Amino acid sequence: MKKEFKDSVSKAVHNATLTTALGKFSEAYKVNRAKAYEGIDFEALRQNIADRKAFAASHIDLLAASFKIKAEALGAKVFLADSPDKVKEYILKVARDNNVKSVVKSKSMASEEIHLNDFLIKNGMSVKETDLGEWIIQLAGQKPSHMVMPAIHMTKEEVAELFGKEVHERLTTDIPRLVEVARKELRSKFLEADMGITGGNLAVAETGSIVLVTNEGNARMVTTLPKIHIALVGIEKFVEKFEDIVPILTALPRSATAQLLTSYCSIITGPVENTDGSMKQLHIILMDNRRTEMSHDVKFKQAMQCIRCGSCLNVCPIFRLVGGHVFGSVYTGGIGTILTAWFEALQNSEDIQGLCIQCGNCKEVCPGKLDIPDMILEIRRRLVVDKGQSLTQKAIFSVVNNRKLFHSMLRAASITGKPFTSGGFIRHLPFFLSELTEGRSLPAIAAEPFRDRFKKIKQPKLKEKAAFYAGCLIDFAYPEMGESLIKILNKAGIEVIFPQDQTCCGAPARYNGAYEVAGNNAVDNITALLKEDVKYVVSACPTCTVALEHEFIATLESLGRTDWIPQAKKLAEKTVDFSTLVKKLVDEGRLSFRQGQKLGSFTYHDSCHLRRTLKVFEQPRELLQKAGYQLTEMFECDMCCGMGGSYSIKLPEISAPILQRKLANIKNTGASIVAMDCPGCVMQIGGGLHQDGAPIKVKHTLELLVDQVEGK
Amino acid sequence: MYELFKTKAEAVGAEVHRFKTKADALDFIVSFLKDEGVSDAPKGYALWAEGPFLDGVDRTSLQAKAPGLKFQVTRELAADSLVGISEAGYALTDTGSLVTDQTAIVQRLVSTLPVIHVAIIGTDRILDGKPAVFAKINPSNSRYIAFITGPSRTADIERVLTIGVHGPKRLVIVFVDDLEGAN
Repeated sequence: MKKEFKDSVSKAVHNATLTTALGKFSEAYKVNRAKAYEGIDFEALRQNIADRKAFAASHIDLLAASFKIKAEALGAKVFLADSPDKVKEYILKVARDNNVKSVVKSKSMASEEIHLNDFLIKNGMSVKETDLGEWIIQLAGQKPSHMVMPAIHMTKEEVAELFGKEVHERLTTDIPRLVEVARKELRSKFLEADMGITGGNLAVAETGSIVLVTNEGNARMVTTLPKIHIALVGIEKFVEKFEDIVPILTALPRSATAQLLTSYCSIITGPVENTDGSMKQLHIILMDNRRTEMSHDVKFKQAMQCIRCGSCLNVCPIFRLVGGHVFGSVYTGGIGTILTAWFEALQNSEDIQGLCIQCGNCKEVCPGKLDIPDMILEIRRRLVVDKGQSLTQKAIFSVVNNRKLFHSMLRAASITGKPFTSGGFIRHLPFFLSELTEGRSLPAIAAEPFRDRFKKIKQPKLKEKAAFYAGCLIDFAYPEMGESLIKILNKAGIEVIFPQDQTCCGAPARYNGAYEVAGNNAVDNITALLKEDVKYVVSACPTCTVALEHEFIATLESLGRTDWIPQAKKLAEKTVDFSTLVKKLVDEGRLSFRQGQKLGSFTYHDSCHLRRTLKVFEQPRELLQKAGYQLTEMFECDMCCGMGGSYSIKLPEISAPILQRKLANIKNTGASIVAMDCPGCVMQIGGGLHQDGAPIKVKHTLELLVDQVEGK
Repeated sequence: MYELFKTKAEAVGAEVHRFKTKADALDFIVSFLKDEGVSDAPKGYALWAEGPFLDGVDRTSLQAKAPGLKFQVTRELAADSLVGISEAGYALTDTGSLVTDQTAIVQRLVSTLPVIHVAIIGTDRILDGKPAVFAKINPSNSRYIAFITGPSRTADIERVLTIGVHGPKRLVIVFVDDLEGAN
């Protein structure tokens, strides 16, 4: 990460105005969005949208041709532009041919993408943004920080000052008054403009229609008052049929601003009358700028399903801390990272892709069904393929690729016995090794790893067997968790085996784009875990579980190591997380709880991989309550704790405030225990509470259950 | 259906009224214009865009009752008008929206530029949602279809919802049960 980038992160995090505004907004958004979607089957709706958009993305040429025929038959001019330069040339020619001096614009991200305003201004035209937020940032000489709310980073004081300069008047910070100033000031601009430029939320191939969705009414004026209307539309906005508008119009306002519908939605099909009764010149520019290439890319074609609602920003724990200006040059947040990599250059996303903590919140709410975290991982992978790993990372991963060396280094780390500081916890041990090289504080490494302790554990001989996949953290930092797990499974009549050849799950390598290393880890683990015939492969770390259940297959597929796929699938079928397995055993009557226990109150923290990838969240809550603990839910229980693997080391400025927020939410419940199913979260939250001094116990679910369950 | 629409439309700041007959609706509009201080003064007048509702209406006597009411809509007049009156095609209960064909320029002028927009619609024109209305509207003969949901709004300054940034500050919807073939 470049120093300037780190500086901009730290500046943003310390900008109280920004983080407070975004924090408040994202809290309100969550509640309002849920309300807006009441009575709607979101999963069905987004599948519908994804299908229609995916169809459009794979038939762009056809749809563009049909659109052109339709719209031109009605009198519009349609221009297909493959590059930003061609768009600008075309607009300039239209402007020159018609002696255009003043331009009014309705919000258009496509025009931001190609820096159209600067170009037109350089060519002697006056250009006014008319969306209030866009006008504010135009006056401030800034760029939008959010796709839907471009000026969300500014205060009313700043706006009052900007407007005051524009109208040569001292203005108060009364927001309705400021809006009135904008109304008055921009009204004359609309009326005198020679040309109006809009974007387009949708382009309908079947009818040649452009759909514009706004709240302010400026798009209606921009398309009505000037005699020329240019609609600049990215070709990802295509849908095939007129009826395709319906699901998108249902989701877009709900996801964007939690509205059922925006104040105005216009469907424009061919030129209409001008105010003097003449016909309007309607130019529709269909901009490619690498979108076709993106639609042919196996991994990224799904990005064409984006409807630009910005909900990925609204739910992102990182975005709400740093805002849009840190995140990218035009498009921000998760989707912005992807679009920057494509519309600008892969290298331009190098820093911002690192902001993604892979919590998966965005994936859960995306109405276009985009897997944004996965695409960001793919950017990482391609960056590594392009540039290679840094020397430090190379060194680390070469160690991780050699299990014996890796494990002996971990043992060595415990022997050096350096004191650990609670702020210096590290989840995924390869980064603990990087810590070694940087001479920073070490995490608590157990004196005796689980793999050694296991040999001394006496288990009854039982017919049913499960292989325990410990993961580095339980193996080397929390071996007692592994011991508890064995006790519980033994009670249910399951004997636990521990294949000694298991190694790192490959998540750290994968999340850093080092897929070769992750692939080798996958093969080593598949071999080790399938050596003996077991009924289950159980893990008590959700990140590892996700690796075993999903990522081994994906990694091996992307590496073309298809000969390993059947084995990887076999392993995936056997893999189960701790809480799901125990819940199943309880349901089967193989485990029961001691009756009448009153064990006090707890709150539950949902770990990202468990909740959102594995969709497990009821099981641990139910088990703990059956055991006799009382649940008090915390606010934002499923928000990331800020650990994110090596994230907490790479971007401590961001990780720390996310953790602080989590700790405050935990404390606000008044519960004396906070339970979770991930040893990484235990480390992060445990470290935070340790430093904080709050008398709250941080426990893995299995630690809370071990003494409460009984066998048949 | 009407009550459902009213609830949804009011939730987004529209004002909704219902009358049995066209005559009642006309009386309401006249008194509304008076209450809002519509007059012949600059920036004080009202514009009424042509539409089926006006068929058979004695415009001269209407203008006598409501001074400042004009039936000729131009860009210049619309830019400075206080009230714009037009007719809408459909009303949707799921979002409280009006849906209307605004291909004719007068339709856009009176619903875009005035401070207050009054929309007249038959009560039988209420539909339950987008699928129903999309089955009825056709872009090949309606070049400018407008969905209007409440007054113009913005939340661009500190996320504070503020009404009337560029479009009308008020949307007044007048339902008429017996529209005698209008719309």
